[in-house]
Amino acid sequence: MPANQDAMEAVGDYKSGWHDPENSTIRFDFGLSEEVVREISALKGEPEWMTDIRIKAYRHFIERPMPTWGNTPMLHEIDFDSICYYLRSSKATEKDWDEVPDDIRNTFDRLGIPEAEQKWLSGVTAQYESEAVYHSIREDLEKQGVIFLDMDSGLREHPEIVKEWFCSVVPLTDNKFAALNTAVWSGGSFIYVPKGVHVEMPVQAYFRINAKNMGQFERTLIIADEGSSIHYVEGCTAPTYSTDSLHSAVVELIALPGAHIRYSTVQNWSANVYNLVTKRGIAHENSKIEWVDGNIGSKLTMKYPSVILKGEGSHAEVISVAYSGEGQHQDAGAKIHHLASNTTSKILSKSISKNGGRGSYRGLVKVSPKAENCKLNVVCDALILDEGSRSDTYPTMEVANPTARCEHEASVSKVSDNQLFYLMSRGHSEEEALAMIVNGFFEPFTRELPMEYAVELNQLMALEMEGSIG
Amino acid sequence: MVHGESGGGTLLEISNLHAGIEDKQILRGIDLSIEPGEIHAIMGRNGSGKTTAANIIMGHPDFEVESGRVMLSGEDLLELETWERAREGVFLSFQYPQAVPGLQVGNFLRKSVASIRGEESAKGADFRNELNEAMDALGIPRSFLSRYVNDGFSGGEKKRFEILQMLLLKPRLAILDETDSGLDIDGIKTVAAGVNAAIRGGESAALIITHYSRILEHVKPDKVHVLIDGRIVASGGPELATELENNGYDWIEERGEAEGVA
Repeated sequence: MPANQDAMEAVGDYKSGWHDPENSTIRFDFGLSEEVVREISALKGEPEWMTDIRIKAYRHFIERPMPTWGNTPMLHEIDFDSICYYLRSSKATEKDWDEVPDDIRNTFDRLGIPEAEQKWLSGVTAQYESEAVYHSIREDLEKQGVIFLDMDSGLREHPEIVKEWFCSVVPLTDNKFAALNTAVWSGGSFIYVPKGVHVEMPVQAYFRINAKNMGQFERTLIIADEGSSIHYVEGCTAPTYSTDSLHSAVVELIALPGAHIRYSTVQNWSANVYNLVTKRGIAHENSKIEWVDGNIGSKLTMKYPSVILKGEGSHAEVISVAYSGEGQHQDAGAKIHHLASNTTSKILSKSISKNGGRGSYRGLVKVSPKAENCKLNVVCDALILDEGSRSDTYPTMEVANPTARCEHEASVSKVSDNQLFYLMSRGHSEEEALAMIVNGFFEPFTRELPMEYAVELNQLMALEMEGSIG
Repeated sequence: MVHGESGGGTLLEISNLHAGIEDKQILRGIDLSIEPGEIHAIMGRNGSGKTTAANIIMGHPDFEVESGRVMLSGEDLLELETWERAREGVFLSFQYPQAVPGLQVGNFLRKSVASIRGEESAKGADFRNELNEAMDALGIPRSFLSRYVNDGFSGGEKKRFEILQMLLLKPRLAILDETDSGLDIDGIKTVAAGVNAAIRGGESAALIITHYSRILEHVKPDKVHVLIDGRIVASGGPELATELENNGYDWIEERGEAEGVA
């Protein structure tokens, strides 16, 4: 099995953990102040209304206390003064990989991005530290009026659209980290899909942190106009350092009537990255929003992709997996608000904990009093691989309309010796057998991913199972 | 019947095997030797140690060998890990096959063939033809390949799937642990045909563990051994199975006591 042989060779390695020398063109001092926020905005030559939003958000960030849930001891370890809030390594966002500086280009080559772009993507944006270094979209889509830009270019070229929707789904006062992102955001994607246009192949964003003690704050806004559809995939990695970095993104999705947005993530940050992300979508009549969310890496992830089902007949799905290894805590889940009648939602959450890792499912499904005939289905499965690892479930359902049909299932399981023995009797080593069980457990998630991503995720999990047999 | 009794060619040689689970001794001195091309049967009541014997040969971690040897073509099996035994050609058809949700049958079969018979055997049209042929022989529909391993299978489906794996993995020694239980007569005939095709007259051998003689009517064993209380108390030809069917295990126990074996 080539995947497993690769795994053997890379024992215990986080395979994206290398780093390149830092060749920054602009680097801000560590720490955050109103001055830093103004400088970021000035550097980008932004309209005044955006600077104002940033400043308001900064003030809210300062006043807002830390969340009192998730993992508060870990949250309080974050030293906001030792983070670099803006770092630019390349002068411009290029449309041709050959124009991207060599060292950065090499990084993305090693991550396989240009190759994937040629094979199966409609467009790619590659962000390195604070700025997009490469950006491209297929010509035919551009001709159909699809806008796919990095967020900074989006603001420059389409300020009226950005102004209309920015912060409309995630207000700057939503939570402490959304406020931080709004104050210092840089990069991310801006997408507008015109009425009735179906973007057949996925568009991809890839986020790479290279520098130490870096803060990456990308901001993504996707608007799918009536009857259109798009599938957006994102991946992320960082070098392994002994000090922490912070990734705090905000993603806003707007699915107008009849539109369909699918947003897939495979998060594989190194184990020194805090991943504190706010992802939310608003679904109008008969539209559909799906979050497919994989959390493999990071030190602490707190992320609960959410959907506000605002229009009648709209549908939300959140399919997520989380893997927590040594020293990791994945606090992930989903939030759905059924505001309108005949809306449906489905949450499937799967978590694996190993080597003392901790996985939590935190979910909230709300049905408002006026929403008739809603259907909701929540399934949470946890697989615990050894003693000392931990899994918790915090499911909340607030159903204020009696016509709602709710289903909820939860399970916690362990890998049995008999299961391993059965697979080993078919010629598979103990580690291969464990990887088969683990990949099988994640299968309902991986089958939702584009094939290339699914293969990568399976290989990643085979790697994680290395050395796990005592 | 052709027996390969040419001295050094013995496929499986179990001598003076004492084994158990935790502090409980279950096997109390087993001797058994199987030649290539032979089919042996071990019969016995529940709790006599039949499944323990199968688990010991395959290397289940819960069972402990106190003394004795298990040799496959002169190689000490007890020194090998379970997967190494499988790669040496030992196959166990499980009494209770385990479900692995999310692991697709087709994918699993391909990976298992690759790890036991080599990567080349699991590739291309040859493998697909072999797979289709084996599935047809067992009456397994193609849709089976996209199901998850033993997940939601009926008893009969599980047993057919075990035999399908046996046909594809081409073991040197196939151990069938109660493969006949939970099968109807058509199922038993199908399984028997599979065993006959895979073993009879070749280089491989089979050890069929059962407490009914039904399957043995369709796979005429070369030898039948009766296991009582962790010991083989009688060995004989296929007629022994018929006698057991007619007279029950009590008859053997009485006979054993009379002969001073038990």
